[in-house]
Amino acid sequence: MSRQMTGAKMVVQALKDQGVEVVFGYPGGAVLPIYDEIFQQNDIRHILVRHEQGAVHMAEGYARSTGRPGVVLVTSGPGATNAVTGLTDALMDSIPLVVLTGQVPTFMIGTDGFQEADTVGITRPCTKHNWLVKDTDKLAETIHQAFHVATHGRPGPVLIDIPKDVQFATGTYSAAREARVAHYQPKVKGDLARITELVELMEKAERPIFYTGGGVINSGPGASQLLRELADATGFPVTSTLMGLGAYPASGKGWIGMLGMHGLYEANLAMHGCDLMINLGARFDDRITGRIPDFSPRSKKAHVDIDPSSINKVIRVDIPIVGDVGHVLEDLLKVWKSRGRKVNKDGLAKWWGQIEQWKLKRCLTYKNSEKTIKPQYALERLEALTKGRDRYVTTEVGQHQMWAAQFLGFEAPNRWMTSGGLGTMGYGFPASIGVQIAHPDALVINVAGEASWLMNMQEMGTATQFRTPVKQFILNNERLGMVRQWQQLLHGERYSHSWSESLPDFVKLAEAFGWKGIQCSDPKTLDDAIMEMLDYDGPVLFDCLVEKHENCFPMIPSGKPHNEMLLGDASTEGAIQAGGAVLV
Amino acid sequence: MSALNIKKGSTSHSAYDLRDPHAEVAGRHTLTVLTDNDPGVLARVAGLFTGRGYNIESLTVAEVDHKGHLSRFTIVTTGTPTVIEQIKAQLGRIVPVHEVHDLTVEGASVERELALFKVTGTGEKRVEALRLADIFRANVVDSTLESFVFEITGTPEKIDAFADLMRPLGLADVARTGVAALPRGV
Repeated sequence: MSRQMTGAKMVVQALKDQGVEVVFGYPGGAVLPIYDEIFQQNDIRHILVRHEQGAVHMAEGYARSTGRPGVVLVTSGPGATNAVTGLTDALMDSIPLVVLTGQVPTFMIGTDGFQEADTVGITRPCTKHNWLVKDTDKLAETIHQAFHVATHGRPGPVLIDIPKDVQFATGTYSAAREARVAHYQPKVKGDLARITELVELMEKAERPIFYTGGGVINSGPGASQLLRELADATGFPVTSTLMGLGAYPASGKGWIGMLGMHGLYEANLAMHGCDLMINLGARFDDRITGRIPDFSPRSKKAHVDIDPSSINKVIRVDIPIVGDVGHVLEDLLKVWKSRGRKVNKDGLAKWWGQIEQWKLKRCLTYKNSEKTIKPQYALERLEALTKGRDRYVTTEVGQHQMWAAQFLGFEAPNRWMTSGGLGTMGYGFPASIGVQIAHPDALVINVAGEASWLMNMQEMGTATQFRTPVKQFILNNERLGMVRQWQQLLHGERYSHSWSESLPDFVKLAEAFGWKGIQCSDPKTLDDAIMEMLDYDGPVLFDCLVEKHENCFPMIPSGKPHNEMLLGDASTEGAIQAGGAVLV
Repeated sequence: MSALNIKKGSTSHSAYDLRDPHAEVAGRHTLTVLTDNDPGVLARVAGLFTGRGYNIESLTVAEVDHKGHLSRFTIVTTGTPTVIEQIKAQLGRIVPVHEVHDLTVEGASVERELALFKVTGTGEKRVEALRLADIFRANVVDSTLESFVFEITGTPEKIDAFADLMRPLGLADVARTGVAALPRGV
């Protein structure tokens, strides 16, 4: 292979060398040379999206369900600016992406040329790193560096801006192994002295808890395996953030459910009352901590994170361990075993007794109805009817997302894709297409609300074109449910612009794109309708008409500690003071 | 529902930060940061401070190793120990950043700033300005019959003191470089 080639050819060659199989993209003037190269090869599959935001969310779905970086190719100006929401989403949730953007030729940069935008300037705060390549000789090396940065340390999105003249010019290709990446080598091994200190606390702890997050999933399947081994061997309870669901199986004996603002009663009270909190790859997000001075006031806290800036950012911890969760868990297990596998058996028995007491509260209980479908019921049925299948679930953002997290159980990592940090409505549908592209034979369901779903509905064409049989399970309450819930609880029941007016006929919409459309409003026919969706070989738009005013509980109002949860509508009267309203 | 009762100062950093700002004492820290001399690295560092709501009292940067393609930032900032620790960690995760040191806590260091002062006037004030400049070891780098430009090097406090003295003597303009700093010893 000649090492001399055009920049456009280098892009395709470098992607191949990086093992890229799929690119999500949309062509335009400033990336035409690269699209010309894509046309002339068959190794890399290009998925033509309908909007660049969709491309980035698809790449996120692809990345989260495979553990490999997602790749996006878009044009300059509006192509790049449309990608910004997806980049920010990926940055918040630590998803590895490599986004390639076209740019006006170098000699036109700064002249306000057609479709020119300061892409590296705009995306600097929403990428882990970005580059503007002005020299074709440096293009291949930059792409290899980009993959290295996106996937090492705390994963995240990176962007490479490639002016059109750099794509046309000829330069020397440098292979991946020659790329200069030496200085960016984040620490993966944890400090053994700190790990030993943690083991000493684990041996004595009366009320320990594992608080796990997306870092366990990002660390790879090995980390989830080690977590299972450690949790089961010690008998410590395990709770997880929204991002970490599936790292420890929902059927595991230590599982006590998700924690946080809409987490389970037992999980939040266990966090509040524990004496040893072991944070594995989570970041003490404000959805988790509630009121900071009252957060788990009597516990020693250990925090394992690959990103040193996560440690002591929100909550001061006693044992900080900078490192990759997988590596640290391996050492933690080794040290714990070598010291004789000790735990405080009496303490643990009492602790579990207390947790079982809390579980009796049955915090997810809801009042079912024979006439209307309750959203919780719809998800219970979806769970029952898809149990045991190789199932991937994505979600949009809002009440349905929280109910999905509460009512669906995840047994394996990389099976749950949701926008956690940024809370991007419109994430779930394109993400589900990305997941399906990566796993063509799997069952991929997007649990959605009708309002979120409409935000990226243009991707229906993509699903049809690429024959992705994604199931869109829309819990349609004709409301922005979470906004409506907050308005009810915090804004005197003034429902300002929180209903979905002028909704389409979803069945006809489905048919217009060559999909199957199903509508269901009767709890008695729900099972059959869900089975019809699952059995259909193609994309399905399932319009599930649910109770319009259901609230999502449990709920820790903003600015409240974990032990002041609201468990149902009866408990909400005057529960939220105005001071909490300033918080999101 | 009563009116919003937001504690004063509670929104100074972010909507979530309701910690007592007086729980820890804020102090002045000088950070030295070694980075790749990449285009955009100044924007990354400056953007980090504005984006996360940290203070910058002064920031200087220049290439310090042409062959090694390295630049050094000297940043003077104020914050509580927790905030300073967070600033260091956030700087450390910028990809082109090689090293971050807090010179204020990591042993002895030297800090110097250069400033140019234009002082205009005639007669006794002009003579007094020159006399004081001599005491402060400031050099005259430009002179007309009605003005001097003094060059002075020292700690920011020394330069502040010189500025205070020059003000009644016809101080017209000041340009300051911001602090450059290095640790003492090897």
